[in-house]
Amino acid sequence: MSIISVKELCLWYGDHQALRNVDIEIPEKSITAFIGPSGCGKSTFLKTLNRMNDLIPGVKITGDIRYEGTDIFSKEVDVNNLRKEIGMVFQKPNPFPMSIYDNVAYGPRTHGITNKVELDDIVERALRDAAIWDEAKDRLKKNALGMSGGQQQRLCIARALAVQPKVLLMDEPTSALDPISTSRIEELVMELKGKYTIVMVTHNMQQAVRVSDHTAFFLLGELVEFGKTDDIFSQPKDQRTEDYITGRFG
Amino acid sequence: MKKNQLMEKVIHGIFLVLGLITVGCVLLITIYLVISGIPAIREIGLIDFLFGKEWASTAAEPKYGILSFILTSVYGTAGAILIGVPVGFMTAVYLSKLASPKVKSVMQSAVSLLAGIPSVVYGLVGMLVLVPGIRKIFNVPDGASLLAAIVVLAIMILPSIIKMSITALDAVPKEYEDASLALGATPIETYFKVSVPAAKSGIAAAVVLGVGRAIGEAMAVMMVAGNVPNMPDSLFQSVRFLTTAVSSEMAYSSGLQRQALFSIALVLFLFIMLINATLNFFLKRETE
Repeated sequence: MSIISVKELCLWYGDHQALRNVDIEIPEKSITAFIGPSGCGKSTFLKTLNRMNDLIPGVKITGDIRYEGTDIFSKEVDVNNLRKEIGMVFQKPNPFPMSIYDNVAYGPRTHGITNKVELDDIVERALRDAAIWDEAKDRLKKNALGMSGGQQQRLCIARALAVQPKVLLMDEPTSALDPISTSRIEELVMELKGKYTIVMVTHNMQQAVRVSDHTAFFLLGELVEFGKTDDIFSQPKDQRTEDYITGRFG
Repeated sequence: MKKNQLMEKVIHGIFLVLGLITVGCVLLITIYLVISGIPAIREIGLIDFLFGKEWASTAAEPKYGILSFILTSVYGTAGAILIGVPVGFMTAVYLSKLASPKVKSVMQSAVSLLAGIPSVVYGLVGMLVLVPGIRKIFNVPDGASLLAAIVVLAIMILPSIIKMSITALDAVPKEYEDASLALGATPIETYFKVSVPAAKSGIAAAVVLGVGRAIGEAMAVMMVAGNVPNMPDSLFQSVRFLTTAVSSEMAYSSGLQRQALFSIALVLFLFIMLINATLNFFLKRETE
């Protein structure tokens, strides 16, 4: 079953067309990886799914994106609510310059939860789900910027989970991290897929193989091939996909 | 080779001397103020000087109490901050985060222009517009008052507050704001809950800078405050500030009166030093 379905999506930055007729059905409660060389449009596409591209001046989008059957660009859709449902984790860990607790509580507070007991509970659950509770529980009131990069990224995941999204978009979440932190995040992502739909942009093809159920290969703004990760990497249908995964360019 | 090294040393020396000019001036002014400010305080007595309510420097039995000046300066500055900070701060948030590039550039040039207007012009406009306005609106005998000075000062400190706050707000990493928006916060929520807290040291420094400008201003307040050494009991009282107390009598003063004016300048100087130290404290925190 797909949770997000995209039809004929095109996107322009001014005169430059960054996405060309992208069609994709993103399956629910599984991990979908977007791969492709730099500038192929995979991050742009990811940011279109929670309408973060709206913030960039000069962006024009045509086509159709449906989240649980609703057109996300329709006037009735509250973009803040959409972003609550479709959370995002960024390439560079970006915790707010406040305490660990306040970072995680930021989302729920924004959405109107003020009860201390309830907040405590949400914060603990989110930190546990992001596998950082043990490291964070004794320093909840300490500034989040004092944590290591890997911890910060898991905190950012906890922060995203705290608003109880259904989808989690991850934009190269490990590209700024060391190998050990990377493997911890990968393990975490695989644990999370039981509860969440995860869409992950990655530069690293091994990561896509290790983690994802489905893989989409982007090139020059086009979605070249999309299918089960095993199929994409063992028997790609398109020559360009084969060239890319065998390292002939990239 | 040797010639080059000599040249380097000479140029190094010239720069050092140029740098020392500033330091020298500060030292000279400080020493001069302390030396010339102390005698009158000794003669009048520190308590009588600072807390004396009456200033009658040319009376047969002169009184040199500057409490009215101190309170006027404090109230006037506080009032200016009370009006100027909210207006300036909100303007900065608007210009830094919300305004379109076109609006931003137009409004920022207006702010810069406001900063460049000489204070005598502020005073003049205040005299011709504000003072009669206050007289009519509040139906008081004289519009030249503490209130008029507060309004003029509030406008005068706007540029410094706006510019410094914008600098601080512009420096907030976009990643913070993106993270907040991606959690479903609205842009306004994001600016006030993430951007402003992240820029708070810079904004605090902007406020302190505004305080410094307001307390040091002389010309404009002399023209609109009435310049009478009254206690600032009400907003409509004609009052005299620390700065104007010095400037309005200096030309014809002599003896103890003249020395007392230096003492007032010393008090003002100490206020400014205190404000500067506070400013440095905030700026230092900003860089950390």
